[in-house]
Amino acid sequence: MSEKKIIDERALILNRRSFLGKTAMGIGGIGLASLLGGSFFDPTKAPLQTSLGGGAGVKGVLDGLHHPAKIKRVIYLFQSGGPSQLELFDYKPLLNTRRGEDLPESIRKGQRLTGMTSGQDAFPLVGSQFGFKQYGNNPAWISDILPYTAKVADDICVINSMYTEAINHDPAVTFFQTGSQQPGRPSIGSWLSYGLGSENDNLPAFTVLLSRGTGRPLSQPLYTRLWGNGFLHSLHQGVQFRAAKDPVLYLNDPNGMHKDAKRVMLDHIAALNESAYSDYGDPEIQSRIAQYEMAYRMQTSVPEVMNTANEPDYIYKMYGADAKIPGTFAANCLLARRLAEQDVRFIQLYHMGWDQHDNLPSAISRQAKDVDQASAALIMDLKQRGLLEDTLVVWGGEFGRTNYSQGTLTADNYGRDHHPRSFSIYLAGGGIKPGLYGKTDEFGYNIVENPVHVHDFQATLLHLFGIDHEKFTYKYQGRRFRLTDVEGHVVHDILS
Amino acid sequence: MGAALLGFFILIGCYQKGPVIRTSELSTVSAEAIPESIDFTFHVKPILSDRCFKCHGPDQNAIEAGLSLHTAEGAYKALGENADHFAVVPFEPQKSTMVERIFSEDAAIQMPPPESNLSLNSREKEILKRWIEQGAVYQEHWAFEPPQLTEIPEGISDWGANVIDAFIGQKLMEKGMLPSPKADKATLIRRVTLDLTGLPPTPEEIKAFIEDDSAEAYQEVVSRLLKSTDHAEHMAAEWMSISRYADTHGYQDDFERIMWPWRDWVIHAYQENMPYDEFVINQLAGDLLPNATKEQILATGFNRNHKITYEGGVIPEEYRVEYVEDRTNTFGTAFLGLTMECARCHDHKYDPISQEEHFELFSFFNNLNEKGLVSDKNEIPEPYLSIRPEDVESVLAFVNAPDKAFERESKSIDVMVMKESPNIRDTYVLNRGMYDQPTEKVNPGTPDRVLTFPNELPKNRFGLAQWLFHQDNPLTSRVAVNRLWQRFFGAGIVATSDDFGNQGSLPTHPELLDFLAVSFREQEWDTREMIRLIVSSETYQQSSQITPEKLERDPENKWLARAPRLRLSAEVIRDQALAMSGLLVKEVGGPSVKPYQPEGIWKETTGGGGGSTARYVLGSGDDLYRKSLYTFWKRTVPPPSMLSFDASNRDLCTVKTRQTNTPLQALVLLNDPQMIEAARGLAQRVVSKNLPLEQQLSYLYTATTGALAQTEALAQLQLLYSDMLKQVKEEAVETEQYLSIGASKSSIMTDQESFAALALTAHTLLNLDQTITRS
Repeated sequence: MSEKKIIDERALILNRRSFLGKTAMGIGGIGLASLLGGSFFDPTKAPLQTSLGGGAGVKGVLDGLHHPAKIKRVIYLFQSGGPSQLELFDYKPLLNTRRGEDLPESIRKGQRLTGMTSGQDAFPLVGSQFGFKQYGNNPAWISDILPYTAKVADDICVINSMYTEAINHDPAVTFFQTGSQQPGRPSIGSWLSYGLGSENDNLPAFTVLLSRGTGRPLSQPLYTRLWGNGFLHSLHQGVQFRAAKDPVLYLNDPNGMHKDAKRVMLDHIAALNESAYSDYGDPEIQSRIAQYEMAYRMQTSVPEVMNTANEPDYIYKMYGADAKIPGTFAANCLLARRLAEQDVRFIQLYHMGWDQHDNLPSAISRQAKDVDQASAALIMDLKQRGLLEDTLVVWGGEFGRTNYSQGTLTADNYGRDHHPRSFSIYLAGGGIKPGLYGKTDEFGYNIVENPVHVHDFQATLLHLFGIDHEKFTYKYQGRRFRLTDVEGHVVHDILS
Repeated sequence: MGAALLGFFILIGCYQKGPVIRTSELSTVSAEAIPESIDFTFHVKPILSDRCFKCHGPDQNAIEAGLSLHTAEGAYKALGENADHFAVVPFEPQKSTMVERIFSEDAAIQMPPPESNLSLNSREKEILKRWIEQGAVYQEHWAFEPPQLTEIPEGISDWGANVIDAFIGQKLMEKGMLPSPKADKATLIRRVTLDLTGLPPTPEEIKAFIEDDSAEAYQEVVSRLLKSTDHAEHMAAEWMSISRYADTHGYQDDFERIMWPWRDWVIHAYQENMPYDEFVINQLAGDLLPNATKEQILATGFNRNHKITYEGGVIPEEYRVEYVEDRTNTFGTAFLGLTMECARCHDHKYDPISQEEHFELFSFFNNLNEKGLVSDKNEIPEPYLSIRPEDVESVLAFVNAPDKAFERESKSIDVMVMKESPNIRDTYVLNRGMYDQPTEKVNPGTPDRVLTFPNELPKNRFGLAQWLFHQDNPLTSRVAVNRLWQRFFGAGIVATSDDFGNQGSLPTHPELLDFLAVSFREQEWDTREMIRLIVSSETYQQSSQITPEKLERDPENKWLARAPRLRLSAEVIRDQALAMSGLLVKEVGGPSVKPYQPEGIWKETTGGGGGSTARYVLGSGDDLYRKSLYTFWKRTVPPPSMLSFDASNRDLCTVKTRQTNTPLQALVLLNDPQMIEAARGLAQRVVSKNLPLEQQLSYLYTATTGALAQTEALAQLQLLYSDMLKQVKEEAVETEQYLSIGASKSSIMTDQESFAALALTAHTLLNLDQTITRS
């Protein structure tokens, strides 16, 4: 019998035993959802009522979708620090022809600047040092520092008209991930875990992978609250998968303890908890028993999904040499595909190091090289496995960068400050129409066509899951909260 | 009122029984039935508030079609251009357009409109209709009316130790339920010890209590516990969540701050049983008291515990406004049970708090010289109090300052506090709450519907603190006693302890809540006596056994026909394991410490800012075994095992935490070195007692679960032990490795194999539901 079979068998026996015990106690439906299929909900505690059917892990609260879904899962390749759209996707030759000239006031229109450049005497325009071309049928311009991304041009939808309200990292990243600039709300992955639940019995619905870029290795930090559950049940928090001894915190058995011994221990815990259940009749105890079984299954399923040793060579070739180094962006992209195969609902990557206030040309070349091949490989790999049609891949950061140089502009060097008024992201996969969307002015400063606000992006993401962002709420402290707060419109133009 | 209060004093000790009421006479009320007699507060307003107020409520700028439903005047008003129709005509549902529209199937006229994503079910529609039939009577919001003393009900005969039981018993009778028998003594001492001190009783304490047959045995235990420092620390732990205490600044690079001397003050205040009014006034306005002492100034650190940014490039004023908002909203949540933050961008949608009133309250907290952006990680944001070595020898003797804390250049410990600026900063209503959109100027004030700010009080934080404890303030005392109740029953009498407004829960026992609120005030805000009253009740001392019938009748345990089973807090789960193991170091106060946490979790998220919070440097020696109250709290990467067990993340004021049940919790208890080391420590304590195996196992069981091992359990334990010994012998556990987890060393007195089996047994028992739950 395989390991998995043994575990399943055990779960079944355990569940049957609990189920019979419960019915004998005459409690009927209460806590049943905790038992069937190992779901780890206790419906008596959580205000999140679950449907009893199905065999999945966490059950979602939505008993039906608002409209047919296009996707089952998201892989969000978050590029933390604010990638410069002007070096990547938003091609502005005018900035090269007018290099060094001051940003005209007619373009800036008194917009606020960060404290890092508001004191500058001049705002010298600067264009990209890198060339741009168009590829395939996509009218979007793609930078020469993204040669692999160019190869998947026909699969991606580039949006050059993203905008946000936040101008600094902490509030801007928090805004993208939670819909609010100040901490306290659940992140997107938590909302989806809450609404749709998990389709995998053995892995969390919301997983997080971190990597650090070479563009600016010590740059902007991350905060664990970015994958926090906010006011939702802690079952919905993002679980970090790490390139460390403990791939999930506290996952490894204690030193010196082998799996067999752990199993014996777990059986005793279950038996003693069963006894307590017959004494107290508290359905929470049954739920606890199910949690321990889930924890045990995770101890097998997490290392299994993270062990990429058996991936064939051609896969490593696709993702690039870094894919063999745990904890790199490329390795995380490969893991993301493996998690997608396991139907993990929300796979969130964070890649740090895009904050190029100075030395931008050299730093962004390195940073782009970190992610270009693996991002493209992920899309191709999902596609060749038939997964791209129901997976959404998102690539982008928290804001863009200014069209003028921060600090002194020299012949071959410049920097760029934060720019929330326009920036680029791209989407690929289920329900997305490849192409180009949105347009900025010739200075790459203001959006002139089809602006997409952060809340619009979030509304569109939920829409692809079959969720109406205005109907998907959680009542907390008397108020119905939404991921999109009180705004947001689905960007139908980019949907297929 | 006088008589009732006199009753309070007498009833703490002895409670007079009322006449017998037979249970067969009790009526049962189906939750789904539509009540014959409609009560505005309990039946109607929850519907109006939740489904109608968004467009027809207190927000003056959002009122649709001129109709507001939060006041009788607004609801009865003639509507339309010709003023010829009415939403609500008392006694005449057929003339009330509200009835027509809520029952309509036509999307064009239906209320609430389909696009609002709000709807009414048929029961709710029927209630609104019947309310109009019965006269559409309005009542003031219950929580804004001063608490009233009602006559103490007779309760259930032959049951009850004090006045609490009279109210609880009365309600049980009305619901046709009976209380549970008293919990057995072992359960009781564990419950009260964990609830009052956050630590478990030792098996010796359990045994002594069981053997003490005197009538005062329980009260003696309660008195002993209430006087303990453990109790003060346990109370302080809750205050850390309420006051969003942390050891770092909370945004971006998240540098270290020094606020622990303020935390030491909180422990000190609880140790002294400082009356609640004094406790709060010191924290809100200690600096403004006449001849303020350094202790009183230190207490004001409460209002500086909010996050502060060091992120280069932010606009300072934007963040300064956030800090003042944080203080305003914390004041609302912690002391008033009101969601003040909902009136920042517009008038409150549900409660009678205007945007102007929000900024009037804001103005009390707006007048200190503080920076929105602090640029140097070593800079302590002004204003701060400098604590010098001579202070900790005298007025601040409770601050546990190690000598090295004074080794800084300034030779002092500088703690952020409040200090009024001599130049009063003008406060404006901010359009949409935006820092750069000031509109009209406002003066300090409080929400009128709660209590108009009296003219005689100074218009500063000291005046505000006095307003809070004004005889006519309807909220302060209710909110405070409700939170105390929540500590012991898992849920408050008002379940939404953070929201006493229209969208909040209604009190399950309003008369009891009022009785406790008035008593608390009249008893000079004596927290310890209020706690004694609660834990002395029979209600508290009931068994927590759940019968199928009880579960069906009251799944949420609203009516308390049984004591709740409560999962222990994150802090208590760790602390009790340390206590059982004998590793716990009971030093009080001082700089926060860094116990075990998984390697690398600070490093992998850190930025380029450097400083002491870039990498986690594991503590050593005693630092590994201090109570969780002293664990260093980095706000952007909090201790993960604590978060798994639902500790608040200290970003914002939190008065209520959830109790969840997740697989990550199982992983912590199974694999966290802290737990395994504690299990070994416990095993070693047992071994040192030189008992036969059966008694060793029985001791372990009592030490962890608090229960006495009966025959069946003992058989299970023996099986557990022999299975573990088998694992050891078969080398499924490598003893040397397993027994050397953690920094402490064990001096093994028996053979290694049986010791390892015993440690594994303890490890198993630390994972039981019973161990992490108080029954």
